[in-house]
Amino acid sequence: MRTIAGVAGAIALAFAAGAAQAQSTLDTVQKKGFVQCGVNTGLAGFSQPDSKGVWKGIDVDVCRAVAAAVFGDASKVRYTPLTAQQRFTALQSGEIDVLSRNTTWTVTRDTSLGLNFVGVNYYDGQGFMVPKKLNVKSAKQLNGATVCVQPGTTTELNLSDYFRANSMTFKPVVIEKLEEVLNAYFTGRCDVFTTDVSGLVSTRGSRAPNPADHVILPEVISKEPLGPAVRHGDDKWFDVVKWSMFAMLEAEEMGISSKNIDQQAGSKDPAVQRFVGASGDIGKMLGLDNRWALNIIKHVGNYGESFEANLKPLGFDRGLNALWKDGGLMYSPPIR
Amino acid sequence: MSFSPRRRRAALYQIGLVIGAGLVLWFFVSNTAQNLESRKIASGFGFLSREAGFEIGETTLLAYGAADTYLRALGVGLANTLRVAIIGVVVATLLGTLIGLARLSSNWLMAKLAAVYVEVMRNVPLLVQLFFWYAIISENLPGPRDALSPLPGVFLSNRGFAVPMPEAHVAWWWMLGALLLGIAGAIGVSAWARRRQAATGAQFASGWAGLSLVLGLPLAVFLAFGAPLAWDKPALSGFNFTGGAVLSPEFAALLAGLSIYTAAFIAEIVRAGVLAVDKGQFEAADSLGLPRRRATRLVILPQALRVIVPPLTSQYLNLTKNSSLAVAIGYPDLVSIANTTMNQTGQAIEGIAIIMLVFLTISLSISAFMNWYNQRIALKGASR
Repeated sequence: MRTIAGVAGAIALAFAAGAAQAQSTLDTVQKKGFVQCGVNTGLAGFSQPDSKGVWKGIDVDVCRAVAAAVFGDASKVRYTPLTAQQRFTALQSGEIDVLSRNTTWTVTRDTSLGLNFVGVNYYDGQGFMVPKKLNVKSAKQLNGATVCVQPGTTTELNLSDYFRANSMTFKPVVIEKLEEVLNAYFTGRCDVFTTDVSGLVSTRGSRAPNPADHVILPEVISKEPLGPAVRHGDDKWFDVVKWSMFAMLEAEEMGISSKNIDQQAGSKDPAVQRFVGASGDIGKMLGLDNRWALNIIKHVGNYGESFEANLKPLGFDRGLNALWKDGGLMYSPPIR
Repeated sequence: MSFSPRRRRAALYQIGLVIGAGLVLWFFVSNTAQNLESRKIASGFGFLSREAGFEIGETTLLAYGAADTYLRALGVGLANTLRVAIIGVVVATLLGTLIGLARLSSNWLMAKLAAVYVEVMRNVPLLVQLFFWYAIISENLPGPRDALSPLPGVFLSNRGFAVPMPEAHVAWWWMLGALLLGIAGAIGVSAWARRRQAATGAQFASGWAGLSLVLGLPLAVFLAFGAPLAWDKPALSGFNFTGGAVLSPEFAALLAGLSIYTAAFIAEIVRAGVLAVDKGQFEAADSLGLPRRRATRLVILPQALRVIVPPLTSQYLNLTKNSSLAVAIGYPDLVSIANTTMNQTGQAIEGIAIIMLVFLTISLSISAFMNWYNQRIALKGASR
């Protein structure tokens, strides 16, 4: 009799717990003491552990910026490496707090997947990489080719659309893990490897046995605005992540970097004073400490510094990702 | 039924447990639905009629393009899974039986080699074996422009094994019908011959008669149509071979890995089955004057099969489920395509439900068939 009562009691408790309102992720993260960040399994320049096991990349820097804004300490992040197929389920189920994994912002993902994209931290497009010895000069010459691609990505869909639109056919070889699909391409199983141009440059530079043997074709067949995402129905957390990212852009525009942040903290410029939290209470409006932006720039740096440290060594130039003042697309709403 | 206090308590506990289980199940379902709704994640099976938008590398004779629906894509995945499962089961059974019997042989070298094969293949994880076969096949074969050509019209390269295929012709459908007729006829003839032998003792070469029916009828139809044989030869055009039939490296690696791995387990099951037959049976068959081969076929194997068939069913189910590892080497089976669908539509729960339902159906069918077969060969009136 007592065991039945015990079991019934446990079930009732489970009901009660399920019926309780879902807490905001910001409160959960503050209680936990760290941000759980979903990243790539290893894409040089975006999110990859270095030889000492420390995660580096511009996507990693977004997570560190969020941690710096919430805790004042950019190291309070734990990383979950995710493949393209696992990433959305991990975010939907609550396993991670923010997905910062070079993910393209599309309407389907924004709606039926239950995600909200906080912005774009890298404007990209899809391209093709072929071995030089195939003597191919344009993507329109790829009729009948075998193409290596990772599943569950916009890459797969764009590839299909492009070949259909140009009345060409192709044979896909679809492999989940990035290391395995690159292996298939470099051993000659496929003629072509396709992904975002940033991925092509990154993998050619870091994984090709001889980078000079591979050429990236001139055609860019799609728009791929890459950015972090959070779950639907979580406005407070959405604002925190969004403005952490914008703070990095705004800082570069105002000329504030991790090197001069300490001098800038005492500046007389009202815009800078608002940014570092010396005046106004933007931090409180976000639910954070007033020095949130100061902490981000001090511990992580601005967008330009992040780009310079992670992507420039791999051969990337700012291109579309320069500030709007320099002819690019990076534009932050004002922090006031 | 008595209503003693003990029985009443037992009944109460059982009813309580059933109600409890039902409540837990209802809690999970309603909690999931509530969470999906609050996060505005799409649910329901409506996505099956939407355009898939992705291509599939191998379609097992079905026609499929990126403009087809998700439902058709899943159908192609299912066809691919069944193709590798059926061929894998056949190859694994044949290979396993051979290895198992080899291990029982009196030839020391054969027995030891078979033992080494079994121990190595059983103990290396299947995924590692699949990567190994895929690496061997795709890294050691040349590219399509330098393909090996052992026979005219046959090409071996890292894109696959291309062979000429006869072109489609209406005669082939008639030949298929004749083949089915021939198989039915062969079964009928052997049943008739067995009954005649039971009644009169006269033997009949039903094996040869059956074989001639199965081969002869389709051949007759073929000749009646004027022997139409136009070959579709594979030829290198641009990047790949077009025409003919191509056996892809992914399929070959998956088939090799699955068959060789499962054959090791089947070998041990077959060996156990043969060892389970009492030694007296061998001696009795010998004393009847039955030659070795007939003794094995008529006396030993039927008794060994009763021990072999139940664990063999498990191995067939394992092989079918292990085929889902195909996603690691790029073979587009059901799990791989369902994963892509889940990722593009965001509906993970419906996708997993489809995978589970399909595998459950396949497994139950295999089990049902094997159980029927087991019943048929069971000792009548045995207590087991």
